[in-house]
Amino acid sequence: MSIPLPVFVAIPLVTAFLLPIFGSFGKKGKAAATLLANLATVGLLVICVGSVGQSRVYEVGRWPIPLGINLVLDGLSSLMLLAVSIVAAAAMLFGVKYMEQYTAKPKYLSLFLLMLAGLVGVTLSGDIFNLFVFLEIASIASYALVGFGCGHEELEASFKYMVLGSIGSLFVLFGIALVYGNTGSLNMAYIAKAIAGTGMNVGLGFALALFIAGFGLKAALVPFHAWLPDAHPSAPAPISAMLSGVLIKVLGIYALARIVFNVFGITTAVGWILVVLGLLSMVVGAFMAIGQWDLKRLLAYSSISQIGYVVLGIGLGGLIIAQAGDRLDPQHLTWASLAILGGLFHLINHAVYKSLLFLTSGSVQMATGTRQLKEMGGLAERMPVTRAACTVASASIVGIPPFSGFWSKLILVIAAVQAGFYWIAAIIVFVSLCTLIMYLKVQRYVFLGELPEKLQQVKESPCSMLVPLVFLACLCVLMGLLLVPSMKDNILAPAVKVLTDGVTYSMSLIN
Amino acid sequence: MHGMTVIVKTISSWVKLLIFLFGIYIVIFGHLTPGGGFAGGVILAASYILLMLAFGREFAEENLSLGWASKLDCAGALLFAAIALCGLFYGGGYFFWNFIQHRYLAGPGHALKLVSAGTIPLANIAIGLKVMASLFLVTLVLSTFRPDRSAKEKE
Amino acid sequence: MAYALCFLLFMIGLYCAAVKKNMVKIVIGIMIMEYAVNLFLIMLGYRSGGQAPIVGRGDIAGAGGKVLDSFINTSVDPLPQALVLTTIVISLGSLALMISICIRTYEKYGTFDITEIRRLKG
Repeated sequence: MSIPLPVFVAIPLVTAFLLPIFGSFGKKGKAAATLLANLATVGLLVICVGSVGQSRVYEVGRWPIPLGINLVLDGLSSLMLLAVSIVAAAAMLFGVKYMEQYTAKPKYLSLFLLMLAGLVGVTLSGDIFNLFVFLEIASIASYALVGFGCGHEELEASFKYMVLGSIGSLFVLFGIALVYGNTGSLNMAYIAKAIAGTGMNVGLGFALALFIAGFGLKAALVPFHAWLPDAHPSAPAPISAMLSGVLIKVLGIYALARIVFNVFGITTAVGWILVVLGLLSMVVGAFMAIGQWDLKRLLAYSSISQIGYVVLGIGLGGLIIAQAGDRLDPQHLTWASLAILGGLFHLINHAVYKSLLFLTSGSVQMATGTRQLKEMGGLAERMPVTRAACTVASASIVGIPPFSGFWSKLILVIAAVQAGFYWIAAIIVFVSLCTLIMYLKVQRYVFLGELPEKLQQVKESPCSMLVPLVFLACLCVLMGLLLVPSMKDNILAPAVKVLTDGVTYSMSLIN
Repeated sequence: MHGMTVIVKTISSWVKLLIFLFGIYIVIFGHLTPGGGFAGGVILAASYILLMLAFGREFAEENLSLGWASKLDCAGALLFAAIALCGLFYGGGYFFWNFIQHRYLAGPGHALKLVSAGTIPLANIAIGLKVMASLFLVTLVLSTFRPDRSAKEKE
Repeated sequence: MAYALCFLLFMIGLYCAAVKKNMVKIVIGIMIMEYAVNLFLIMLGYRSGGQAPIVGRGDIAGAGGKVLDSFINTSVDPLPQALVLTTIVISLGSLALMISICIRTYEKYGTFDITEIRRLKG
């Protein structure tokens, strides 16, 4: 039986509004609220796994397509939904014990579920203004969650994040207004048809520039990354995992890829812009991360660097398609598909292992009370499970063979070499070396070495915090199996096909 | 937060009822005249804010406390979700389908009357309730700013 | 021409949000930008000589059976008006959150000046 698509959005949204009623009944009510929230995220994970590989269009209210809003589930959406639900279930379970340090826990749960509803809505939306509304829901919930602790640093980080995020959203809204004025419709498939018919004019070109700037601000690409190194460390650990693991990808990269590939159609100029932004992010993120002494700030800069990989992969694929133009022969198509496959596979890999890294840093912070690398050391014998999870995640992000990160970086290098961009492949390998240096630093200062006297009382984290760590670590190992041809054809290949088909895919939705 | 002078208190105690009634009018007639859920909800909240400005914050909090406003907020949202889900069950699987319109009110004799347009007035009422509760909560919580606390931090 | 003035208002708001040092002024800059975008959206739907997109009893009686045709031919576009209502609600929520963070920051630091609340560096 196929589940109607609005149920994906309704589960977190309705639970978010049920929770404050429970939370006002005292301690038992708070425990019931936590249980309900966890059930909601696990339920969402189950139905997202069940919907992999399907492809549907749902008209809300039975209004036909150009008149009403529609929700679309295709290969790319189901891949993003899988990533979102895995990270959300793990972060929610981790937060059960971790958020005891803060007050007002039902409000945290409601805000978390609202952010999750916004993310799912952005992924499923087939209408450009609907995408903006859910983008704002997710963004505003995340602004509130970053400043949840109300300490000095959190408030400053939250204000900076909020100002830059609002400016990004306003750029996107201006772009939507320009697109509506030029094409007369808000439905993505109809806009694609109109743009393919009339071609680009000044208004549409300006709208595309505004979309790249606005979504680039949300994705923290390099000229627009100023909010990320302050916001991610100050947030509570499960929220850092959600922000770095899924929010910057769904609100930034997924929305940008949808608009650029499926609505406007990729051109060489836009392809080069994406490649250059990706390269800048990779290099700047890696260099700034090596010099950090705050654990979570180092992980935040490393996020900027890895997002650069994803944008590079997608941009490279688009560039190959755009350079071939109308004479798209099968060989160029396989090169482009390989580059986009590398980018999307790296996206889902990074969601899993970066959120695992942030959750382990949260465990370490709760146990030792500090985030500075110089004050830690020798935690290996006191926290063995946390140490094992962190080592698995670090090996994955650096790119050591049996773990998942190696495969996605290898695919990106092969794609760059095959298409003739040898300098890009060299930069990818160089940045991987820098990533190795920074994670060796993390391992040495946090887990190896001697235990300082202040930390003699440190114990392992409680069991409910260890279960999500073990779950995500197992996924890191098993995700390499996604490249086995039968799994690849069901999960990754439809996503790649949506992007390489581009505008023809969206026009096929109308007929 | 202190109240205001006697003149303001007397006049506002008469006017707040009229503002509340006007807000209800805009919410209920939202499918026929401009307005609807959000605009009517803001006017309803404005009547409570007038109460807070004229009589002081504690009086407004006794009138509609924080806990009750929070519950009304959630109730409005859940009512809206219930209306959407009814379309799912009654209409053959489509959210927000206007099942009342298509089942009971189809036909040309029903246009422009108060009872018409199916689920739209019900959705307007739910949104009006939610917006009123939310705006009142926001203003109540933001008005607890105490400047003497910040002066103590400086020392 | 009117669209260019909207864009000028957007740039003024962006300048205010980027350059000013007082937190409240930055928030006001963001509100000016939102106002400019809402104005742009409404002006997109305008049709010179058009009427408000409301159908009343007089319109139904006057047009006979062809209410929909006369509506399409004479009224301004109602879709951007619905979009602007939604955007105003979203900006209300965002404004409430920004102001509450300003208030909390004032309680902690004692000042609204952003050059003095820089503890996060690097």
